Amino acid sequence: MTALVNLRNIYKIYGEGESEIHALDGMSLEVHEHEFVAIVGASGSGKSTCMNIIGCLDTPTSGEYFLNGTDVSTMNEKELAHIRNREIGFIFQQYNLIPKLTVLENVELPLIYRGISASERKKKAREALKRVGLSNRENKFPNQLSGGQQQRVSIARALAGNPPVILADEPTGALDSKTGKEVLEFLKELNRDGTTIILITHDNSIAEQTKRIVRISDGKIISDEVKEAQA
Amino acid sequence: MSIKQAASLALKSIMGNKLRSFLTMLGIIIGVASVIILVSIVNGLTSNVVSIFDELGTNLITVNVGGRGSNRSVDPADMQKIVEENSDCLMYVSPSVAFMGTVKSDSDSLDNKTVTGVSEDFEKIRVLKIENGRFFTYMDVTNKNRVCVIGTYLQKELFDGQSAVGESIKINGKKFEVIGVLEEKASSESGSADDVIYLPYTIAQKMSWNGRVSMYYFSATDTDHSEQAVSKIKTELYKVFQNENAYTVMAMSEMIDQINEITGMMSTALAGIAGISLLVGGIGIMNIMLVSVTERTREIGIRKSLGATPWDIMSQFVVEAITTGALGGVLGIVLGVAASFAVTLFGVASKISFTAIAISFSFSVLIGIIFGYFPAKKAARLNPIEALRYD
Repeated sequence: MTALVNLRNIYKIYGEGESEIHALDGMSLEVHEHEFVAIVGASGSGKSTCMNIIGCLDTPTSGEYFLNGTDVSTMNEKELAHIRNREIGFIFQQYNLIPKLTVLENVELPLIYRGISASERKKKAREALKRVGLSNRENKFPNQLSGGQQQRVSIARALAGNPPVILADEPTGALDSKTGKEVLEFLKELNRDGTTIILITHDNSIAEQTKRIVRISDGKIISDEVKEAQA
Repeated sequence: MSIKQAASLALKSIMGNKLRSFLTMLGIIIGVASVIILVSIVNGLTSNVVSIFDELGTNLITVNVGGRGSNRSVDPADMQKIVEENSDCLMYVSPSVAFMGTVKSDSDSLDNKTVTGVSEDFEKIRVLKIENGRFFTYMDVTNKNRVCVIGTYLQKELFDGQSAVGESIKINGKKFEVIGVLEEKASSESGSADDVIYLPYTIAQKMSWNGRVSMYYFSATDTDHSEQAVSKIKTELYKVFQNENAYTVMAMSEMIDQINEITGMMSTALAGIAGISLLVGGIGIMNIMLVSVTERTREIGIRKSLGATPWDIMSQFVVEAITTGALGGVLGIVLGVAASFAVTLFGVASKISFTAIAISFSFSVLIGIIFGYFPAKKAARLNPIEALRYD
C-alpha cells in the first residue's frame, strides 16, 4: 500500500553560509490511510516547518514529497493552492475562522475555491456542520460561539471538502482542558470513521491519545512508535 | 472562484464598513458629479446660444459695410443685383438702417428704442412670423409708406396688450401706422426679440442721421451654400471697394460652427479638470485598499490555506476596488444629474450629456482597476505561512 503522505529525505534550510539553519534535516516519513499520527516536538524542533511542508504551505529546499501519489515538492503556488484545497483539511490552534462570515459561509470557503455550485456547497457544508453537531448555529458569526464550538466549526470546514488528510496544528492549544478533551475525542471518532489525521503538538499527553507518535528534534525524527493497542 | 462570487464578496466587504467605503468613494463621487455638472452647464449654454442664432436663421449672412475713403457705402440696388446674379446660392437681401428713437402712442411713450429700417424681404430672411396684420410690401418700400411692424413688447407697453394693428404711433415725432404685430418670441420682455420696430428702409434712411446703409442681411439658399454665398458677396464687394477691410461678411452657420467648437473645447477642458478629482479619488481607493490588505492579512492567509490561488485573492481585491469605483460612479451620476437639474431652478441652463455620464462612469471603473491592481497584487503575493501568523 502506497503511503498517503510520503516525505523522502526532506531538507528545509533557511539562510545561507554560516548562518544556515536546517529546520528540517533530512526527514523521511510515511503516513498511511486511516492512521492517526501525532508529530511531537518542542518549539524550535522543526515541527512547524514539518507541518507547513506536509500542509503544502511551503516547499522543501530539497527532497521529495508525495501526497496521495502526487509529487508536490516542486509545485508552484497555484498548484499548491489546488492541492491544499483538495487534499488537506486544516485545523488550527487559533481556529482561523473569518469573523465577518457566518458559520455556514466559513465552512463553505474551501468548496468555493473548488468551484462547486452554491446549492451543492451549502448541502455539503450543512452535512459537515451536522457531523460536528452545530447544525443549529449555521447563521451565527464565529464570535458568537464558544472556543470549543469555534474549533468544531473549523473541523467542519476541514471536513467539508472531504480531503484525504486532516492536518491539525495544536487543535486543543487554545482550549481549556475539558473542551480540549472533547475536541480530541471528536478527532478520535473521525479517525475511527476512517479519516486520516496528522496532529502536531508539543504536548505529550495529547500525543498519547493517538495511534502513532513521531518525535522530532532538530529537524530529525528521533523516534516513531506505533501503538496499535489504541486502534 | 467566479466573478459573481467575487462581486458579492466585494459588496459584502463594502457594506460591512459603510462609512469607510463612502469616504473612499467620495473622491470618485465628487469627480463624476462635477464632470457631469460642468459638461451639462456648458452644453446648456451652447444650446441656448445656438438656438438664439438658429432663430436668426441658419442661412443668414450679415454684411457690415464700413467703407474706405470717399466710397462709404454700396447702393441697395447693387446688392439686389448680387442676389439676382447668384440665385444658385443667394435668395434674398435686405438693407438694414438702424437708429434710436422715442416711440409714442396716445397714452404711452418709450425712449431709446432701436428702430430698424429693412426691406420687404427681411420677413423671409429672418423667418419672421406675423401674429396679426401683415409685413410691409415692395410697394410700401418704394412708396416710402409710413407703416411699421412692431414686436409684442411694444404692443404690450403702448397699447396695454390690445391689438395695435391699424393704430398709429409716433416715432421721433413722425406718425406711422402699425400694419403688423410679430408673434411673441421671448415673453415680451424689454430688449428681447419682442422689443423691435421695423420700418421700410427707405423711410428709415431719411430719419437716421446720415441715411447710410451700413448693414445688409442676405439669406443663402440653404446652409450648405452659405460658404459659396459668402465668397460671392466678398468678391462683389471687393470690386466696389478694392479693399478687404472695408467690409465684413459673416455667415451664421459659420458662427454656429465656431461657437460649437469653442464650447466643445471649453467642455473638454472643464471635464478634464474635474477628471483630476477622479484621479485623486483613485489614489484614495488605493490608499484604503492597501490598509485593507494589511488589516486582512490573516484572512488572506486563511483563504490561501483553504486553497485560494493567488489569482483568487487578486481578483477578490481587484473586484472590490472596481465595485468601489463603480458604486462611487453610480452615486456620482445620481448626484451630478440631480445637481444639473437643480441648477436649472436657479435659471442656469443645463443639458445632461449621456456621453459625459458614460465616459465618467467608465473612467471611475477604470480607476478602480488601475488603483486596485497594486494592493491586490500585494495581497496575492502574501506568504500564507506569515499571513496566518499575522495579528
